[in-house]
Amino acid sequence: MNTILTTILIITGITTTLALLLTLANTYIADYGERKIRINKDKEFIVEGGNTLLSSLIENEIYLPSACGGKGSCGYCKCAINEGGGPVLPTELSYLTEDDMKNNVRLSCQVKVKADMEIQIAEDLLNVKQFEAIVEKTEDLTSTIKLLRLKITDGQEIEFKAGQYVQLLAPPYPGSPDEVFRAYSIASSPNNKGYIDLIIGYVPDGLLTTYVHKHLSEGDEILFNGPFGDFYLQDCEEDAILVAVGTGMAPIRSILFEMLNKKIDRNTIFFFGAKTPEDLFLLDEMTMFEKELPRFKFVPTLSRAPEESQWKGEEGRVTDAMMKFLEKKEGREAYLCGSAPMIDSTVKTLVERAFADNKIYYDKFD
Amino acid sequence: MENVNPFVILFASIFTSNMILANFLGMCSFIAVSKEIKTSLGLGQAVTFVLTGTTIINYLVYHHVLVPFGLEYLRFIVFIITIAAFVQLVEMVVERYLPNLYYSLGIFLPLITVNCAILGVSLFMVIRDYTFIQSVAFGFGSGLGWLLAILAMSGIRQKIKKAPIPKGLEGAGITLFITGLMALAFIGFSGIVQIQ
Ligand code: FES
Repeated sequence: MNTILTTILIITGITTTLALLLTLANTYIADYGERKIRINKDKEFIVEGGNTLLSSLIENEIYLPSACGGKGSCGYCKCAINEGGGPVLPTELSYLTEDDMKNNVRLSCQVKVKADMEIQIAEDLLNVKQFEAIVEKTEDLTSTIKLLRLKITDGQEIEFKAGQYVQLLAPPYPGSPDEVFRAYSIASSPNNKGYIDLIIGYVPDGLLTTYVHKHLSEGDEILFNGPFGDFYLQDCEEDAILVAVGTGMAPIRSILFEMLNKKIDRNTIFFFGAKTPEDLFLLDEMTMFEKELPRFKFVPTLSRAPEESQWKGEEGRVTDAMMKFLEKKEGREAYLCGSAPMIDSTVKTLVERAFADNKIYYDKFD
Repeated sequence: MENVNPFVILFASIFTSNMILANFLGMCSFIAVSKEIKTSLGLGQAVTFVLTGTTIINYLVYHHVLVPFGLEYLRFIVFIITIAAFVQLVEMVVERYLPNLYYSLGIFLPLITVNCAILGVSLFMVIRDYTFIQSVAFGFGSGLGWLLAILAMSGIRQKIKKAPIPKGLEGAGITLFITGLMALAFIGFSGIVQIQ
């Protein structure tokens, strides 16, 4: 009995002393007072000093992409710190390029706010917000692909460029104990600021796709943040080639709506790849785009059209169709969305057809 | 262990009983951080510092708190707690008052909390019944030994950066091989002195 008591007392004594010491240190030593962060020479925030820059920014509703959640292992949370950042830390070194170093670019999750700071963040990222939404509509496009309409319910509006993506949050559900974020391209028109459409394919064992396909129904609440990404329709007059396979349709649909809204009259061909006729979707909309956009053409290509389907369109892979339709010529842009192998082979074909490397924009997903 | 000269312990813990190369303790950060000489030096210094500090504190806690109450069996948990708290405290102090030191080793301090070499040294000190001075020599020496090993490793790794290493062996694989070879080389020291 005595041993148990002394054990408890001693352990409690030691831990209390240490905890006390740490708390004191935290209040006196680690107190950096209030600090000012100035963003793009424009906005100013007062934050509690001593936290990381990333978390201070999040507190003020500025969301930098941070796939690793601030552990310093993804290298996404970069921003330029022109003043008050202190020297570059060894933990940042492996994620910074020479250009980054020259431009004061740092990893915001590693830098602590200890002095007043002057920082620079890409304007687009200042638009990134968290949104509360409800699932207004779900529609089966094919047996494995769903269209989801998320209506924003917290009174905010979403500003994005056609082609950008959002991160959708799945709460814990049976079979997936943690919250997960996944990125999906916005499929709706940038003109609609009150809702977004997403096109989500079912991936067996995919944590978010399982959530969307098996657990989410109309009327459910869901959170997302965004917009992110530098894949979007450029302001340019040249001919455009759009290429997508499966759910890669999403950003392209948004781009087409944007062309419609802005009455952009460019020579545009959209190559869409699928396996069988059942895998094609949104055909009515494509016909509508063809009608409304005078120089737009939709070319669906099937890689495994069964004999009895009497498919009269293009057969083979998208790249085969492209070879057939595209002559060799300079001064064109291409927008691709699909899996990594599809993007790689398409880029190769495009380069063969005299497309300039820096005019090929793509959104790769795995 | 009344009779062993602290300098002998210091020497032995650097060379013949090197924490990494003889005991294979502290491997994870050794492999992960030994890519560049500069960072290795930072981490090595931090390990030396923390090792010396925690050995001193743990010696005092063990002999003046645990032993008098007959609670030696609590040493595992108590050592771990003191190490964690010590590292936190040191990090805060260094970050605030010694910014230059912080930029060279402060950020490595949290990494060290989970370094098994730190706990290993405190436990060895108890098992081998060192006196206070011997413990300090042992802690400091083990730190220097760790520093020596990681510096040597990062030097080698920088040299072999351009070497044609088979794909599957790149990174941790080849590092483990080299560690093995270094350990063999260090056996050469073991004839000089031995501490147990
Ligand atoms: S958030 Fe991943 S590196 Fe900073």
